[in-house]
Amino acid sequence: MARAWLAGLLLLLGSLPLGASEIIGALSQNRVSLTANFSGSEILIFGAIRRSADEVLAEAEAEAAGLEDFDVVVVIEGPRQRTEVWRKDRVAGIWMNVDSVTLASVPSFYAVATSAPLTEILSPEEDEIYRISPRQAIRAEQAGDGSPEALLFAEALLRIRERTAHFMTLDRFVHVDEGILFRANVRLPPNLTEGAYTTRMYLMQGGQVVSQYRTAIFVRKDGLERWLYELAYEQPFLYGLLALVIALIAGWAASAVFRLIRQS
Amino acid sequence: MLIYLPIAEVSTNLFTLLGVGAGVGMLSGMFGVGGGFLITPLLFFIGIPPAVAVATGANQVVASSISGVLAHLRRKTVDLKMGTVLLIGGLIGSSFGIVLFRWLSALGQVDLAVQLSYVLFLGIVGALMLQESVRAWYRTKKVGAKRRKLHQHTWVHALPFKMKFRVSGLYISVIPPILVGASVGVLSAVMGVGGGFIMVPAMIYLLGMPTKVVVGTSLFQIIFTTAYTTIMHAVTGHSVDIMLATFLILGGVIGAQLGTQIGLRLKAEQLRILLALLVLAVCIKVALDLLIRPDELYSITIAGGL
Repeated sequence: MARAWLAGLLLLLGSLPLGASEIIGALSQNRVSLTANFSGSEILIFGAIRRSADEVLAEAEAEAAGLEDFDVVVVIEGPRQRTEVWRKDRVAGIWMNVDSVTLASVPSFYAVATSAPLTEILSPEEDEIYRISPRQAIRAEQAGDGSPEALLFAEALLRIRERTAHFMTLDRFVHVDEGILFRANVRLPPNLTEGAYTTRMYLMQGGQVVSQYRTAIFVRKDGLERWLYELAYEQPFLYGLLALVIALIAGWAASAVFRLIRQS
Repeated sequence: MLIYLPIAEVSTNLFTLLGVGAGVGMLSGMFGVGGGFLITPLLFFIGIPPAVAVATGANQVVASSISGVLAHLRRKTVDLKMGTVLLIGGLIGSSFGIVLFRWLSALGQVDLAVQLSYVLFLGIVGALMLQESVRAWYRTKKVGAKRRKLHQHTWVHALPFKMKFRVSGLYISVIPPILVGASVGVLSAVMGVGGGFIMVPAMIYLLGMPTKVVVGTSLFQIIFTTAYTTIMHAVTGHSVDIMLATFLILGGVIGAQLGTQIGLRLKAEQLRILLALLVLAVCIKVALDLLIRPDELYSITIAGGL
């Protein structure tokens, strides 16, 4: 695989246009198949930073002036869903759901990998424009009526998703070599929702986004899982009958087999 | 070994699923209960979404009941006529239960409703059964104790539309069995249970059926009610997970056969005390979950999803 991505890199480098500094990236795979034995998947995100000629000349000056070097941020975002967050409270001694806040568009999965702590390399203003941090990605400030109370629900959402490893902030997970090549490994959890996982790569300097590159990973149920899923949604009655037939055969077979065992 | 479930959209351990199936199947064979009242909470516990747990639980009950009912049919301990009357009630109840379930899902209160029903029904039924079976056990211990009358006439016997149930040796109105069947049907749709834990005592204490035919007859009704419930959940909610069901069933049918053998070796009174204790234990566990402050007060649901 190492050879494959090196070859990919050379291809990318060759195809870079001249101009301002740019980031170009690729993925070790752009398809993930959810089959019966799917137990998560490791994705390698890699790419190159192309510096413009002016930049190279200015490099020495910049170094003297104390300007920071480039940083890279990689974002993988799962399909967005309308999501409700419920809060339990004690009613007559019982803990039950009492309040809910709806967030219109929440990614089912969200990973941010960076080459340095996100807060150090991304200014809040840029974050608001590009929506890079998980907080921005779920549009926390637009939760419910936008009140401080509703913000608590958005924070709970971030907390829960982080605990189940569906939201991840991976500081220093992007390795930048020689200021030109970068790579990051991101582990997708076993519980994935089907859909396109947009992958964004940002080239950062002085808290600003200098360049960005977008691609996507397609996560799809496959094989038996695909067939069952489609049957369940397109032919629900047949699907229900199939479920019953399996139950009946299994029940009858077990009974028959055990009778044979007892008789012998 | 992890396995990805296509409808639940979660990965779970294959052996956990087989183990849950086998353990519950064994109890189901011993006591003649479908075992749904254990499977559904266990599925919640291993992280299956409630809607999928309930619908798939109903499917699993079909399989565990069929192997049980076949054993009972061979021993001729099924009252088919009574079973059919109970079934008519069951289908009506299940249809109503499906509507109720959709409505509760929309309100975000399915978990609570399911848990509360568990506490309520398991608590009442468990307590009554324990009291009655302990008393019966004492009676068998005392030599020369007063025997129970063969027929106890209650208000049940004063209702119209009487019918003769030869296998059960009863001549009673069809209204109580239909009502019993209907309430069990509602529970089947909302809780993903067969309802044996409520139907068995209702048949013994309310309808006055002989204990011998009660288990087989309740299993007979449960098969058809849960089959109907499975189809309805598949059609209205797309929430039956065949992959999940298959592994639960695989463990379950084997467990059920073993359980039936163990059940035959135990005395009826002992069996009832054990079942009562089991029902109460599940009830207390679910009640504690509702009464103790949860670690995480917030929870997430995907709107427009399952």
